[in-house]
Amino acid sequence: MSRLLPFFGFMLLVALFGFGIWWNTGHDPQAIPSPLLNKPAPAFTLPKLYEPTVTVSKSDLLGKPYLLNVFASWCVECEVEHPVLQAETPTLGVLLVGYDYKDAPEDAKRWLFEHGNPYGLLIADQPGQTAIDFGVYGAPESFLIDGKGVIRYKHIGPLTADVVATELKPAIAAVLKESP
Amino acid sequence: MTPELGQLALILALLLALAQGILPLIGAWRSNRALMAVARPAAAGQAVFVAIAFGILVWAFVHFDFSVRYVADNSNLALPWYYRIAAVWGAHEGSLLLWIFILNVWTVALAAFSQKLPEVFASRVLAVMGLIAVGFLAFIIFTSDPFGRLLPMPGDGGDLNPVLQDPGMTFHPPVLYTGYVGFSVAFAFSIAALLGGELEQAWVRWARPWTNVAWAFLTCGIVAGSWWAYAELGWGGWWFWDPVENASFMPWLVGLALIHAQAVTEKRGSLRAWTILLSIFAFSLSLLGTFLVRSGVLTSVHAFASDPRRGVFILAFLTIVVGGSLLLYALRAPKVAGGKSFKLMSRETVLLIGNLMFAVAAAMVLLGTLFPLVGDALNMGRISVGPPYFGFLFPLLMLPVVLLLPFGPFLRWGKSDTPILKQVLLRAGIAAVACGIVAAFFVDGQPKAIAGVASLVWLGVGVALYAAKRWREMPRGRRYPAEMAGMLLAHLGVGVFVAGVLITESLSVTSDVRMAPGQTQHIAGYDFRFDGVHQTTGPNWRADQGVVTVTRGSDLVGVMHPQKRTYLRGQVQTESAVDAGLFRDLYVALGEPMDTANIEGAWSLRLYYKPFVRWIWGGGLLMMLGGFTCAADRRFRIKRIAESEVAEALLVQETHA
Repeated sequence: MSRLLPFFGFMLLVALFGFGIWWNTGHDPQAIPSPLLNKPAPAFTLPKLYEPTVTVSKSDLLGKPYLLNVFASWCVECEVEHPVLQAETPTLGVLLVGYDYKDAPEDAKRWLFEHGNPYGLLIADQPGQTAIDFGVYGAPESFLIDGKGVIRYKHIGPLTADVVATELKPAIAAVLKESP
Repeated sequence: MTPELGQLALILALLLALAQGILPLIGAWRSNRALMAVARPAAAGQAVFVAIAFGILVWAFVHFDFSVRYVADNSNLALPWYYRIAAVWGAHEGSLLLWIFILNVWTVALAAFSQKLPEVFASRVLAVMGLIAVGFLAFIIFTSDPFGRLLPMPGDGGDLNPVLQDPGMTFHPPVLYTGYVGFSVAFAFSIAALLGGELEQAWVRWARPWTNVAWAFLTCGIVAGSWWAYAELGWGGWWFWDPVENASFMPWLVGLALIHAQAVTEKRGSLRAWTILLSIFAFSLSLLGTFLVRSGVLTSVHAFASDPRRGVFILAFLTIVVGGSLLLYALRAPKVAGGKSFKLMSRETVLLIGNLMFAVAAAMVLLGTLFPLVGDALNMGRISVGPPYFGFLFPLLMLPVVLLLPFGPFLRWGKSDTPILKQVLLRAGIAAVACGIVAAFFVDGQPKAIAGVASLVWLGVGVALYAAKRWREMPRGRRYPAEMAGMLLAHLGVGVFVAGVLITESLSVTSDVRMAPGQTQHIAGYDFRFDGVHQTTGPNWRADQGVVTVTRGSDLVGVMHPQKRTYLRGQVQTESAVDAGLFRDLYVALGEPMDTANIEGAWSLRLYYKPFVRWIWGGGLLMMLGGFTCAADRRFRIKRIAESEVAEALLVQETHA
C-alpha cells in the first residue's frame, strides 16, 4: 500500500494542475468579495520608501481619491502588472500610491529603477503589519480609496489592461463624480 | 513547399516513434527477436526525420521565409544570422522541436552504446524512449505546429525577444534541454527494469554514466542561464527563484540525489526502490517544468505564450507518463529491502541523509513554485511567495549537507570506525576556524562572508585530505580513478560555489546614483567617472551608450560602455557593462536620463562592486566537470557478456551478499 503513496501524491498534483487550467480559462481572480469593500480603509502610518524618516498616514491622503497598489520586488506577478501601470497611470486621473510590501527597501528601489516608477507616492511596509489590516492576501493587490477614506474598489492579482478598462476606470469615474 | 516537407517529416517521425515504442515491447514480452530488432532502425529513422524537420526550420530562418508564421513572429530582416539560428528555439514551437531533436540525439546515442546490453533489456529501454517521443511528437503536430503558414506573406517579420539576443542565450536552451531530456535515459532504464522484473541491479551500473552526463549538462545549462540573467537583466542578481528557474532547479536537485543513490545501489544493492523512484521523479520534474513553462498555469518572466489546449495536452501526457510509471512502480518495485545491511556509522548513512535533504529541498521548491496555484485553489488569491521563503529554507536544508560533505569519502561502506573521522573533523575544523578568523579582519566582521570563507576551507581541506590519503595508500595508477576524481572535483565545486554566494551577498556594494558628465563616484576603492552618453547603433538596434572610466588610485582599470538599447520593434533592453575579474566584478547599468530631452546631460546609473561573484559560476562549472569526469570511468564501459554469464555473475554476487 505504501508503494502507492507516490502515485496518489502525484494524482493530487494533477488535480491541482487541472484546476489551474480550468481556472485560467474561466475565471479571473478578482471575484473575491472583500469585507472591506465600501468600508473605511484601516488607519495606517508608514514611512516613505525614499525618505524613511518621513511618514505618511491615512489622514494625510484624505480629500482626494487615490489608488493604493500593493507590490514587491520579489513578486513575479507584479512584473506582469507593471507595464500596465506604466501605461495607464497618466490617464487614471487619481494619485497612484505604491505600497511596497514585505520588501527590503534596497530591493524595492532596485526593482523600480529597473522597471520604471509610475507611482506618485511610495510607502514601505517592511514588516507587513499594516497589510494585515488591509486584508492583503499577497502582492499584487490594488485598492481604490475615495476622498473620505472609504475603499470603493479592490482588485486581487495583477491589473490587466482589460481590468483597468472595464472595472477600474468606471470605478474611478464613479468616485470622481461624487467628489470632484 | 519546404515547410510542408518539415511537417511531413514530423508525421513520419511520429509513425516511426510508434513503431519504436510498441513493437520492441511486444517483442520483449513474447521473446520475439524480430520485433525487438525493430527498436534500433526505428530510432535511427525517427532521428533522421526529426533532424530534417529541424534543418528545414533553421533553413526557413536563415532564408527569411516569412510565409512561415513562426519565422515571421520571431525574426526580421535586420536580425543577424547567429540570432536567427538562436531564434529557432526562441519561442514555444521551435523550442519544442529542439526538445524532440535532443531526445532523438540521446536515443541514437543510447542505441549505439547499448549494443552490449542484454537484448531484451536494451529493446525495452529503447521502447520507453520511443513512447516518450510519441508524446512529444503528437504534442508538436497537433497543438504547436512550427511550420504553420502565414498568408499573405509579410514583407518583414516581428522580432526575437530582445532579452534573448545575447550570446549566453544562444547556447543556454540547447544545453539545458540536453540535461532535462537526458534524465529520460535513467527513466527508461528504471521502467525497463520494472517491466522486466529485474531483481539484480546490474542495470544501475549501466544507467549511471547516462545520469551523470545528463546532470552535468543540466548543471552547465543552469550556470549559463544564471550568468545570462546576471549580464542581461541589469540588476546584478544571479538567481531569482522565478518559476521557470525553479523548473530547471527541481530536476537538478532530484538528479543530484539520484546520482548518489545510484552509487549506493550499484555498489551495495541497497536503496533499490528509492533509486527507481528518484529516476522516475527526475524525469517527471523535467516534464513538469515543460508543463509549467508552456501551459500558462503560472506567470513568469520567461514563460512562453500560453494556450489552454496545450496545457490540457501536456497535463494528459504528464498524467499518463508519470501516473503510469508510478503505478508500475507500486506494482513491480522490489518488495524486500535488498542489499547489504549497514550500520549507523557508514557511507550509506551520510549518502542517505544527503539524499533526503535534496529530496526535501526539491519538494520545498515545488511547493513554493506552485503556491500561487494553491492560493487560487483555496480561494485565497494568487500569491507569490518569492525569495523570502526560498532564501530562508534552502540554505537551512543545505547546511547539513555542507557540514557532512568532507566525511562522506572517508566513511566505509557498511560499517566505519570513528578515529579517522575525528581526525578529519579536527584538521578541517581547525583550518576552517583559523581561516575564518583571519578572514574576519578583511571583511569587516561580516558573518556571512566569514561563513563563506570557512565553508570553502572546510570543504576544500576535506577534499584535499582525502586526495592525500589516496595518494599515500594506493599504488600509482590506481589512486584517482575517474569516478573518484569526478567526485572530488564536484565536491570542491560545492565549496567554491558556497564561498562565492556568501561573499558576494555580504560584501557587494550597490549604488544608485545620478551623475552628470565629468562627475566621479567612489565605490569600494574604485573611482567611476561618468563621461557622458552618446548614441550608437547595431545591426538591429540603436542605443544610448554611456562611457564610464574606472580607475583605482592612479591606475586605469577600464572603460565601460553600458547601453540602453531600443530594438527595431520598440522594445527597450539594458545592456550592462561588466568588467570581470577572478576576485571581483565591476558592473555598470544605465538607468534613465534626468532630462529626456537632453541625453548628453545627467543620467541615473547603477554601479556595483561584486566580489567573488565569478566563483558562483566557477563552482557550478566544477560540479559539471565532476559529473562528466565520473561518467568517463572505465568501470562503466560495458563488457560484452553473454546473458548466461550475467546470470552466473549475479549468482556469485548474490551468494557473496
